[in-house]
Amino acid sequence: MNWYEFLLRNRGEVFERTLEHIGLVGASMAISLLIGLPLGVALVTRTKLQSWVIGAANVVQTIPSLALFGFLIPVPWIGGVGASTAIVALSLYALLPILRNTCTGIAEVDPAVIESARGMGMTPWQVLWQVQLPLAAPVLLAGIRVATAMCIGITTIAAAIGAGGLGVFIFRGLAMVNNQVILAGAIPAACLAIAADSGLGYFQRSSARR
Amino acid sequence: MSSLSDGFQDGYALEFRATTYRLPSGAPLISGLNLSVARGETLVLLGRSGSGKTTTLKLINRLLEPTEGEILIAGRPSGSWDPIQLRRGIGYVIQDAGLFPHWTVERNVGLVPRLERWPTERIQARVREMLSLVGLPPEEFAQRRPSELSGGQKQRVGVARALAADPPILLMDEPFAALDPITRADLQKEFQALALRLRKTIVFVTHDVREALFLGTRIALLDHGRLVGVYAPAEFLKATEPEIHAFAASLEFGGAHEGAQ
Repeated sequence: MNWYEFLLRNRGEVFERTLEHIGLVGASMAISLLIGLPLGVALVTRTKLQSWVIGAANVVQTIPSLALFGFLIPVPWIGGVGASTAIVALSLYALLPILRNTCTGIAEVDPAVIESARGMGMTPWQVLWQVQLPLAAPVLLAGIRVATAMCIGITTIAAAIGAGGLGVFIFRGLAMVNNQVILAGAIPAACLAIAADSGLGYFQRSSARR
Repeated sequence: MSSLSDGFQDGYALEFRATTYRLPSGAPLISGLNLSVARGETLVLLGRSGSGKTTTLKLINRLLEPTEGEILIAGRPSGSWDPIQLRRGIGYVIQDAGLFPHWTVERNVGLVPRLERWPTERIQARVREMLSLVGLPPEEFAQRRPSELSGGQKQRVGVARALAADPPILLMDEPFAALDPITRADLQKEFQALALRLRKTIVFVTHDVREALFLGTRIALLDHGRLVGVYAPAEFLKATEPEIHAFAASLEFGGAHEGAQ
């Protein structure tokens, strides 16, 4: 049986797993953005603290994903087996590119533009929303794009701690020593990553044109 | 809320009283500055790089706060003004124009009126008026992005933006320094005519003696954060201070020297 025959025959489950996969990625990215964007904005001018926080996010990146999922299982409140643990781990992974690109994107805005914005009587909040964030948007979206593609990949491993998603087929295929079943999980996951990447890439380019 | 134009009836527009500004390290950028600017005059702050010209300007619109002494703006200490309201009443033009690259010319020029919540039609009319005033036909330029403008056109938009909300005070920080000599001369001439017509109180920073002599009703010479003196343009070159000699000597090289800045 070919991988696509497997896909067709099990299209109900594949569809369900794909939705699970998207749900895990979406929830993790949402949490990561909710934390990463405000934190990045707050850290722009605090360079010392910024290097510490980005350093910590960097350390998280170096932990192998399977190990991080494992480490989180015994942690009370957020841990355990299932989707919530996976979402915590995925959010931590996505945090670094979002945080780093928020900081650099805003820091790279022409200081003359910021100074004239302040000098013309814009409040700090207006400077942030009307000048800094729109001008940092291409760099910010580049970070979101990297984080999303990475997240889609790592989510396949989350199936190891019972979070579901397309990784379920990969682990099942490994257990069955059946490459076709592995491909039935890996190929849709790869397609998701490509689709998300090109979709966000389009946004990134159109934000850079403005 | 009181605006700058309300308190702007008599007396000096600006008064520095023993004003000192120090960096956090304690090094002074401006020391004991005493200087008054009359309403409607164009005071030029002349000095070399690092003489404290820009610092002096930023103390006026409270981008910086004085460490010692005070600055009276329309008779009130700068610290008693709400910084946001104060800045909306002071036009500000800087060397690179500081236009917002993601906004059209129209939106850039209408910035302060929009912050002040003018009705849309009034903003549009005002933007058109300002663009015509600085010699940019609105129908041709209103929808352009700053990246589609030449250096001289950017500075014109910068001036239009600074004047849009009709502020009584205008601060200009080397606005023409980065332009080629011919464009610069054009803009200087037009700006002089504009200044005479609008009767704004203007503080103009430059390191170019020709520009100072041409535009200033008075010239304040700064050196290492200290005021050397204040001169009428006619007196300036006759004054005996050694700092002035250096500037007078730079004039003798004429145009050849200017291009190198």
